[in-house]
Amino acid sequence: MTNRRDFLKGFLAGGTALAAGSAAAPASARETRQRPPDALGLLYDATLCVGCKACVAACKQANNNPAEFSTEDHLWDTPLDTSGYTFNVIKMYRSGTMEVKDQEENGFAFMKVSCMHCGDPSCVSACPVSAMTKDPETGVVGYDPDRCIGCRYCVAACPFGIPKYQYDSPTGKIGKCELCRHRSKDGHYAACAEVCPTGATLFGKTSDLLAEAKRRLALTAGARTVYPRGRLGGPDQSYEAPVNKYLQHVYGEAEYGGTQVLKLSGVNFEKLGMPDLPPHAAAALSETIQHTLYGNLVMPFAVLGVMTWAAKRNVVDTPSAEDTKESDHG
Amino acid sequence: MGSAFLREAESAADVVSRRLGISRREFLQICAATAGTLGLPAGAEAAVAKAVAKAQRPSVIWLHFQECTGCSESLLRAEHPTLERLILDVISLDYHETLMAAAGHQAEAARKSAMAANKGKYILVVEGAIPLKDNGIYCKVGGQKAVDMVKECAADAAAVIAIGSCASWGGMPSTHPSIPALASSSPTGASGVSEALGKPVVTIPGCPPNPYNFLATAVHFLTFGKLPEVDKLGRPLFAYGRLVHENCERRAHFDAGRFAMEFGDEGHRKGYCLYKLGCKGPETYANCPAVGFGDAGQGIWPVGCGHPCIGCTEQGVGFTKPIHQTAKVLNVSPPAQYPRIFEEQGKGASFAAAAALAALAGAAAGAGAMLTRNLGVSHKAEELEKAKSESSPGDTTIQG
Amino acid sequence: MAEHAAPAPVGGNFINAVTVSCLLLIALCVPISFFRYFYGLAAVTNLNDGYPWGIWVVVDVVIGSAFACGGFSVAMLVYIFNKGQYHPLVRPALLGSLFGYTLAGAGVLYDLGRWWNFWHILWPGYMNFNSVMVEVALCISLYIVVMWVEFSPTFLEKFGMEERRRKLNKVMFAFIALGTVLPMMHQSSLGTLLVVMGIQIHPLWNTPLEPLLYLLTAITMGYAVVLFESCVAASAYRRKIELNLLTPLAKVMLGFLLAYLVVRIGDLVVRGALPRAFALSLESFMFWLETACFVLPFFLIGSEVKRRNPANLFLAGVTLMLGGALLRINGFLIGYETGGSFNYFPSIWEIVGTAAMFSIEVLGYIYITRRFPVLPREA
Repeated sequence: MTNRRDFLKGFLAGGTALAAGSAAAPASARETRQRPPDALGLLYDATLCVGCKACVAACKQANNNPAEFSTEDHLWDTPLDTSGYTFNVIKMYRSGTMEVKDQEENGFAFMKVSCMHCGDPSCVSACPVSAMTKDPETGVVGYDPDRCIGCRYCVAACPFGIPKYQYDSPTGKIGKCELCRHRSKDGHYAACAEVCPTGATLFGKTSDLLAEAKRRLALTAGARTVYPRGRLGGPDQSYEAPVNKYLQHVYGEAEYGGTQVLKLSGVNFEKLGMPDLPPHAAAALSETIQHTLYGNLVMPFAVLGVMTWAAKRNVVDTPSAEDTKESDHG
Repeated sequence: MGSAFLREAESAADVVSRRLGISRREFLQICAATAGTLGLPAGAEAAVAKAVAKAQRPSVIWLHFQECTGCSESLLRAEHPTLERLILDVISLDYHETLMAAAGHQAEAARKSAMAANKGKYILVVEGAIPLKDNGIYCKVGGQKAVDMVKECAADAAAVIAIGSCASWGGMPSTHPSIPALASSSPTGASGVSEALGKPVVTIPGCPPNPYNFLATAVHFLTFGKLPEVDKLGRPLFAYGRLVHENCERRAHFDAGRFAMEFGDEGHRKGYCLYKLGCKGPETYANCPAVGFGDAGQGIWPVGCGHPCIGCTEQGVGFTKPIHQTAKVLNVSPPAQYPRIFEEQGKGASFAAAAALAALAGAAAGAGAMLTRNLGVSHKAEELEKAKSESSPGDTTIQG
Repeated sequence: MAEHAAPAPVGGNFINAVTVSCLLLIALCVPISFFRYFYGLAAVTNLNDGYPWGIWVVVDVVIGSAFACGGFSVAMLVYIFNKGQYHPLVRPALLGSLFGYTLAGAGVLYDLGRWWNFWHILWPGYMNFNSVMVEVALCISLYIVVMWVEFSPTFLEKFGMEERRRKLNKVMFAFIALGTVLPMMHQSSLGTLLVVMGIQIHPLWNTPLEPLLYLLTAITMGYAVVLFESCVAASAYRRKIELNLLTPLAKVMLGFLLAYLVVRIGDLVVRGALPRAFALSLESFMFWLETACFVLPFFLIGSEVKRRNPANLFLAGVTLMLGGALLRINGFLIGYETGGSFNYFPSIWEIVGTAAMFSIEVLGYIYITRRFPVLPREA
């Protein structure tokens, strides 16, 4: 009888609490975090991009990153993807004859790949030692190698595959775009936006960039409009050009609660390597489960209390090896 | 190229150089330079020399309409060959309003008789646009409308070459004034030669074009009896096959994001890319960065001198788009090495790794199988013993 | 209770084919470690930007620690559910757990890229309590200490420190209690690690019930490992198999296994992910392999008669260990897709390293069971 009661207590305390905790997660969910109001970011317009890769070169220079070679001659910096040493890369979408730019069938298009500076970053939630942090004002997701233990959980967690580790170094660090936050004190802003000749990469407050993105989507293809370059609100470098055909979607507006880097394109985003993400951030779900189960250590202590009570009773009841030896002799 | 041919070419070179009063070496250098401009393979200068040396000088009728004579002026500054030395001796320029001595009815009569004498064999060169509005009354030479004159001369021509942007597509006279009422067309309806004739011709656009673009085309015709390969606008591919952006010496700055933002700023003084100042190189087809102007060598062209290209060869760009308006980049077809959206990365199974894993798995499975068998066997044996002892309870045999 | 013999060293010769092979594998790790620490992870592993975690994390740590749940499962049975008859299984199970967890911890350190900062994860100033990994690290670290304490009576006995052992016994209940709660926490959290990866995990393994699935399999694998270890040790040391303990234990194991399968299939149905199992893909194939391993024990030891056959017990144990291992490999590696076309297959050095890790466990287990009082004395 005592056994069955203990059985029920033990099993229910551990297993059911876990089931209730993780299944009830949506009910008591930690809300997906939104971008801070003064969040800084980029607007990348793939239809304006001409694939000149000035942004790739500028990023390398701004971050003192070495060249990466993917061809045999080892002469030119030709990264195939972002890595621990390449924080920004332009990739090209190809379809069929590749005749028309920004056309999904028989066309080609460009996509800039760099940190999205999410409103609710998975990497910040995942990092066990707070090496990945989100600035409360600018919202920029920064990395501190002095804190990092190199566990690469951030690499696994990011749905965009952005943080990457330097495996070839015995003292490797994680590398990713930090929106040139180290250059802001010199009055600079994101190097990629600074050099972009067509304004495909635009820097500014995400709220302003979102408004600009929506403005472009509202225009008719073929009409003429003014495109800014460099920094929104900075010295005027704008120019007039015809409007391109956009997909009616600002990527990053709501994905995972919203990202600070927004993207516009003429080709379906998934084909350009941008994953289809729900509005609820994975970090929110993960933290909900964790805090439901372990918040303030309430449940662990409760279960521990039950286990301690059971163990105390049962350990006393069961003879130790030494006692058994004594009873053997005696 | 047989040795007989070479001997002929050599003797021809002697003849021509004597006639022109230049050394044989100079003459052959000129032929080599011309062959080079045309992009002909090595050794072709011999064919050029032979063609040039032929005594038969084709007749050329050169018409002028809505133009500034800049194209002729540009030609005058050519040095290899110099206009008056070689071309005037190689061709028979039977009508050129700027260069000929005759004037008035005498000049027109000379033109008509030259056309009649060389019917079907003369080359017609047109400089300047042809107004088409209001029946073409806005340009008359000797009382004859430009449009009628060009039709009459083109009828019996062996080849028609339109030199300069004006003759190619209308040029400056064809641009729309910024007067809303007249914005739909130019006041005179200035048009290119092909539009006036209603058939395609060879065009050498530019304002002015590099003289060697014209000269090389003419020499090609003389050498091979046909005009060089042209694009769909009639422009010889050797000169207009590539965008200015593709050969620009400042291209590296564009690709690295180094731009001059204002005239005279640091970037401008360092020779950075002028794209942000409105350079139309990315949407203009011409060979200016490759050959330069004025025979002073490569680098002597607008961008090389620090001013953005204005796209003078391109209809729709030159004299149409504001000089400092950002150009559209046309050559957005990057090389094959461009990273794809999804690149295959990472190492698959190496032979050693796969073999090791297989070996480990095999060993484990083998050991496991053996253990299972042994356990099963000993279990069976135990069960048998138990069954035996149970089936014979009276047995006093002691269990081991 | 009458068969409750006191534990005693097995004795016998330590050096044999098995131990020598283990020593060789461990020796191979010396050059591997040299290259790993002086030239970086790329020199010895096939880790890449698409697969930041390879078999050193997934097998050595995640699966290795799950295999080490024998101590936890048996302690729960004996001290919480008060099934004192299983007491002789406690020490051997704890020994396996001891090595399993200590090596899992060592495996983490071996894999960390900036390993000299490893203490940051235990330092309040750096800890990020939102991270699942913090909880895993803290729990496992504490649990390793708890297990050494739980196992110390064996050492105290061997070295004749009776007084200390008796004193320790008085407070042992607290450590035992901790030793049942801590594994529940970190084994489930090892599953929760997958949640933040979001859509990168294939729908067949992507569920908010991840912690429950991992906990249930961990408990089940604990019993499976006990079956496995008991059979192997008995066969190797030519001892009798404690069928009277293993047979009922197997039944308990099946109970947990059934609970797991109900949750697993139910979760797949409710989330609508089951159709994915019928697509023609590597993932669906691996899913069926994993599920088969979880279902097979019911056919192997479903009846009392079958449970009395040690061959079936051994096979069921192995199958279940395999199933649990596959659940983890499928979640972390096979079902993990970070976009792009990344390939990963462990390098020969990673395989050797993992094999060496398990060899240390095997070696340690053999040495301690032979020289220390762990297994019950044979009558």
